[in-house]
Amino acid sequence: MMFSLPGGNKPAGKRDNRLVKVLEEKHKVATRWFHWVNFPILSLMIFSGLLIYWSYDPYRIGLGDITLFHFFPDWFYNSTHIDHKLAWGMALHFFLAWLFTINGIAYVIYTLVSGEWRELAPEARSFGEALQVAKHDMGFKVALPPQGRYNAAQRITYSAIVLMGGSSLLTGLAIYKPAQLHWLTALLGGYEWARWEHFWLTMGYIGFFAIHIGQVIRAGWANFRSMICGYDLAEAEAGNGD
Amino acid sequence: MAIKSPDREISERTRRSFIVMGAGAVAGIAGWVALNHGGEEGDIPPALRGILGFNERVVRSTLYGNTHLAKTYPASAVGRIKVNGDVGLDEDENLADWHLEVTPFGASSPAAKLTLADVRALPRYEQTIDFKCVEGWSTVTQFAGARLSDFTAKFAPGSEKAGCIGMKTPDEEYYVSLDMPSAQHPQTLLAWEMNGKPLEPGHGAPLRLVTPVKYGIKNIKRIGSIEYTDTRPDDYWAERGYDWYAGL
Repeated sequence: MMFSLPGGNKPAGKRDNRLVKVLEEKHKVATRWFHWVNFPILSLMIFSGLLIYWSYDPYRIGLGDITLFHFFPDWFYNSTHIDHKLAWGMALHFFLAWLFTINGIAYVIYTLVSGEWRELAPEARSFGEALQVAKHDMGFKVALPPQGRYNAAQRITYSAIVLMGGSSLLTGLAIYKPAQLHWLTALLGGYEWARWEHFWLTMGYIGFFAIHIGQVIRAGWANFRSMICGYDLAEAEAGNGD
Repeated sequence: MAIKSPDREISERTRRSFIVMGAGAVAGIAGWVALNHGGEEGDIPPALRGILGFNERVVRSTLYGNTHLAKTYPASAVGRIKVNGDVGLDEDENLADWHLEVTPFGASSPAAKLTLADVRALPRYEQTIDFKCVEGWSTVTQFAGARLSDFTAKFAPGSEKAGCIGMKTPDEEYYVSLDMPSAQHPQTLLAWEMNGKPLEPGHGAPLRLVTPVKYGIKNIKRIGSIEYTDTRPDDYWAERGYDWYAGL
């Protein structure tokens, strides 16, 4: 699995009567809080962002006169009713941005201070291994490389998501106050480019959501449960404590 | 104490965590409802309005500075700006009769009725800036006019200490108000020229406000009156749900 969560690729050892079930901590309580607080905030940031985007929606996939997909087609606006809500969207967005920023910065500080970044940051070998993981997840018969808490693909993806969060904050500030933060806006290529970057980062989150949720479903209940309660059941040899 | 089986312990932990998450979800939904509750028809709810006010205070005390200038562009970058609003621009109005009423800080009625020649006598500035609409689009446009700060010093001396400035179209259909620091910003102009030509009626002839530190909604066209005050004068788009500050 591309994002198979901890314990997802344990060797299927033979059943052994001398093995007993024990609780194994998978995710720290802080990590779970940051994750589950971020989920609704980011969702609402995307929602309010779409309310804002509607009033000027120039982005598309295409070349020259050929447009393969316009963001967004009328049917999308008509079915979601996100049209004509710019003022509400802006007010929501500039409130939720505080929560998104505070939660995000707190998470980064926690990860650095606790040392958990070591389990998350990609290593030199992660990039090659991530390909193996991806091939394996797509059904090719490729052995999975050994992993710690997160596999190579997860290390890359979850670290990228954190960097994307920071980029969303910076591109957002560049659009929010382009005169007061003119240096930042200039650094990002100007006002229009900053808006374009902000938009595509958002599309990146939507793509991540789709794959992430798909992988969580594939990984199954025990994996999902570990993100809720923090623990999973593991097998250990009897008699060596707990 | 009896040792729980791992199966039982994990299901208890899961149940506890789901209860905490459920409580969190209820609190979040309650917060969302409170955030979006009440308010006048067409306006945003008071909680959101309060947050915009908080953001304004943060921006004014940390980011804003009258030495922070919006980027300027060469004349070759000028684009074609569209006419995006006609509120307050009565087609039948006789622009030859136009004059500008000025109510200085502390006065209860206009102290001066100015002609365009009076305003044009002030030092002339040209600037090519990226004019930004609250909708998200922007167009590089060249404007020429007098600094509002020069105008205030000449025609309403002492009014710099007012907290706000309010402006209305002659028919009072469109109206804006600005915080004084933004009004005193060196790039805040009373403009009579756009892209090298006298302002067209649709763009606010004979005199309009141009300030790159605010969204276009604040850049009122065809100003008929200016007043300096401490109480925030009415603002057309703020009454319709937009941020009163609308600063860039």
